[in-house]
Amino acid sequence: MNNPQQLRYSKEHEWLSAAGEDGVSTVGITEFAANSLGDVVFVQLPEVGTTVAAGETCGELESTKSVSDLYAPVTGEVTEINEDVVNDPALVNSAPFEGGWLFKVRVTDEPDQLLSADEYTAFTEN
Amino acid sequence: MSHVSTPRRTALDAVHRALGATMTDFAGWDMPLRYGSERDEHTAVRTRAGLFDLSHMGEITLTGPQAGAALDRALVGHLSALAVGRARYTMICDADGGILDDLIVYRLGEQEFLVVANASNAQVVLDALIERAEGLDAAVRDDREAYALIAVQGPASAAILAGLTDADLDGLKYYAGLPGTVAGVPALIARTGYTGEDGFELFVSPGDAERLWQALTEAGAPAGLVPCGLSCRDTLRLEAGMPLYGHELTRGTTPFDAGLGRVVKFDKPGDFVGRQALEAAARRAETAPPRVLVGLVAAGRRVPRAGYAVVGADGAVIGEVTSGAPSPTLGKPIAIAYVDAAHAAPGTAGVSVDIRGTHEPYEVVALPFYKRR
Repeated sequence: MNNPQQLRYSKEHEWLSAAGEDGVSTVGITEFAANSLGDVVFVQLPEVGTTVAAGETCGELESTKSVSDLYAPVTGEVTEINEDVVNDPALVNSAPFEGGWLFKVRVTDEPDQLLSADEYTAFTEN
Repeated sequence: MSHVSTPRRTALDAVHRALGATMTDFAGWDMPLRYGSERDEHTAVRTRAGLFDLSHMGEITLTGPQAGAALDRALVGHLSALAVGRARYTMICDADGGILDDLIVYRLGEQEFLVVANASNAQVVLDALIERAEGLDAAVRDDREAYALIAVQGPASAAILAGLTDADLDGLKYYAGLPGTVAGVPALIARTGYTGEDGFELFVSPGDAERLWQALTEAGAPAGLVPCGLSCRDTLRLEAGMPLYGHELTRGTTPFDAGLGRVVKFDKPGDFVGRQALEAAARRAETAPPRVLVGLVAAGRRVPRAGYAVVGADGAVIGEVTSGAPSPTLGKPIAIAYVDAAHAAPGTAGVSVDIRGTHEPYEVVALPFYKRR
């Protein structure tokens, strides 16, 4: 599985982009997670303006067989959610690292234990 | 001391791995859950054809002059009246009327029947059949190792199979089976399935399974046949309103509770296990029906799961979901649920499912959700 080098990863299988000049990062779930879930049919995302806390649930993803919690990889304020993925949850499966991103967050705090691409790849292979 | 049990692998295990299947532990078997997108697999079966490995199913053979009588005594159906070459959906119940398993029984000869049980119940069914056949001139044989089971399901399945066999498929009716040869492999060819589509189930020797699978894959490719896993098998049967043991059918329900009282044949000769309790259950179902099995269709997009509560307009619990999934055909979440009879009429207003604390509106509908044209 090809985990993009420029992203960082949580052990709950979320990815986080490097923050732009405005301090905003993009969050999604990894291809590994999307494949494990199967076809995603419904996503519930945090509301814009709310604060999410690193390691805590902030939404859910439903697939054919199961429902999974979505965890925030960092703490911060949600600035935008991906309406495309709300309308077409299959984007999570077809383009987890691109069009299937979930929300944007202005990061105020982040845990130390986020993984690099190589570390995350090793984590999923164990 | 810990006891670690390794899941059993079917004769097609290497094929599934080569196809990159996502595998899952199902009733002690390592089975393909899906090969790619389960929704695409589902759609293939509805519109073209799908290929399934169902080798986890449990086969039991009864032979002898009283094989039919043994089944009449052991099961709720009238199997001795079944014509050779035909199949019947039936159930095996405990003395208290509780369902031990639902079964398909094929009559292969005057004195030979093939019973197909769910993988999770195969041992229970085998033990019960041996016990219940005692004293009769009938032999019960564990044939779980003797068969691999491959299903071809979908509107294109007859045309695909026709290219690989000389058997008279046109003459083979729904719920019938005949011995034949498919792609050079000896097979029991049965026109049965669990998808709501036309289709076939092929019982073959495990040593022939891979050859048959590959032949079907090649013959079906131009028609759009794809390998299909258990995930889409579940959404296909759910749309078709077919019950699944462990969900709609349990040890604690009778066939009448499940709305399937028609499988119980009280007028057959002799006694059968569960008769007395089932007669009471039949009366109860007529006079004071307990919960009724209904279909639910979502207004929203959140998916009900087994065990979720069904609630009425006043917020009181009126039932419980037994199976739920996003329906690829309807494009909405659907569920089967046991609901109090007073709220079970199609169109009943104000029915919701409690989805992790939120009451999501659902419409009560008659089963099935989907019927092939």
